[in-house]
Amino acid sequence: MSIVVDIVLFTLLGATGFALLKVRNLFAVVMLAGIYSLLSAGLFTVMDAVDVAFTEAAVGAGISTVLFLGALALAGHHEHRPGHTPLLPLVVVVVTGGALVYGTMDMPGFGHPENPVHHHVADHYLEESYDEIGIPNVVTSVLASYRGYDTMGETTVVFAAAVGVMLLLSGARRARSRASPAEGGESAGGPERPRNDSAAGAGKGDE
Amino acid sequence: MRLDLFVSHYNYWVVIFLMMVGFYILISRGNLIKKIVGLNVFQTAVFMLYISMGKITGGTPPILVNPKGAGEGHNGAEAGPNGAEAGLGGTEALQEPAAEVVYSNPLPHVLILTAIVVGIATTSLGLALAVRIKEAYGTMEEDEINRIEAETEAAE
Repeated sequence: MSIVVDIVLFTLLGATGFALLKVRNLFAVVMLAGIYSLLSAGLFTVMDAVDVAFTEAAVGAGISTVLFLGALALAGHHEHRPGHTPLLPLVVVVVTGGALVYGTMDMPGFGHPENPVHHHVADHYLEESYDEIGIPNVVTSVLASYRGYDTMGETTVVFAAAVGVMLLLSGARRARSRASPAEGGESAGGPERPRNDSAAGAGKGDE
Repeated sequence: MRLDLFVSHYNYWVVIFLMMVGFYILISRGNLIKKIVGLNVFQTAVFMLYISMGKITGGTPPILVNPKGAGEGHNGAEAGPNGAEAGLGGTEALQEPAAEVVYSNPLPHVLILTAIVVGIATTSLGLALAVRIKEAYGTMEEDEINRIEAETEAAE
């Protein structure tokens, strides 16, 4: 039964991906990307990764959509039609995809308990982690304890990204306020709108 | 046999299709925001590949059903070929409906949790760069940016 849900969700996901490719209105693209994230959160639930599912639903479908909408508010939401038919990218993609599909022929089937990925260290965490850490959720104990330094590094990455976003957007505001007395605001949006936008952008950096 | 192959590899093929859709958007579209969407599509496809590998058919999420019984030895239950069940077979453990519970592999989940958070950091940084480029050039289309660059160099 769960394999049927799995196949249906994956098919929907493929359709969403194709729509993402075709749609040219960026607002619709962002909404489709939200649907894509939500479908993948559903798939993660079907595939027993509940922690990943709610992180994806909160971060992928929630925060990321908000960030994209903020960027669209700042930057306009229509994509230009490409001037030429991109033949070379299509060839590159088809060749890469073909090679990858050829590679999957050697992969073990989906969901078999004998797959090599389930041997080696995974058993240790499932059997010992409660005695060693005392948390029933194995994912949490690996994330927060066995791999605590890695999670700290991840937090550092997020901090660096937040600092980068704030620097970029405040740099934009400084450049504009320096330019506007001299040249009278050469940007098309007018002086009123960008100022609101950079306030929204600074809020974005806090996440 | 054919159907068997289809069912057991369908996940991987859709994942590869999605990776290639994301890759194609990334290299063929000129709009910077669309490129970042393509990058996100690629990234989520990779997540799904990892989670697919961690799934065991008939397994449950890796949250211990009866943690008190864990670690008291495997004396009751015979270890399956995967060995991925927790030690529920202890004689003094509560008799759960199924004497052995199969858990899906938790390690891909942990990797992907980290990757999702790093991914959102990358996305926000990319979007901030796109907005900054829009401020500086008045456009987010790659070809127009290149044209403006060329004109500026020619003027100097």
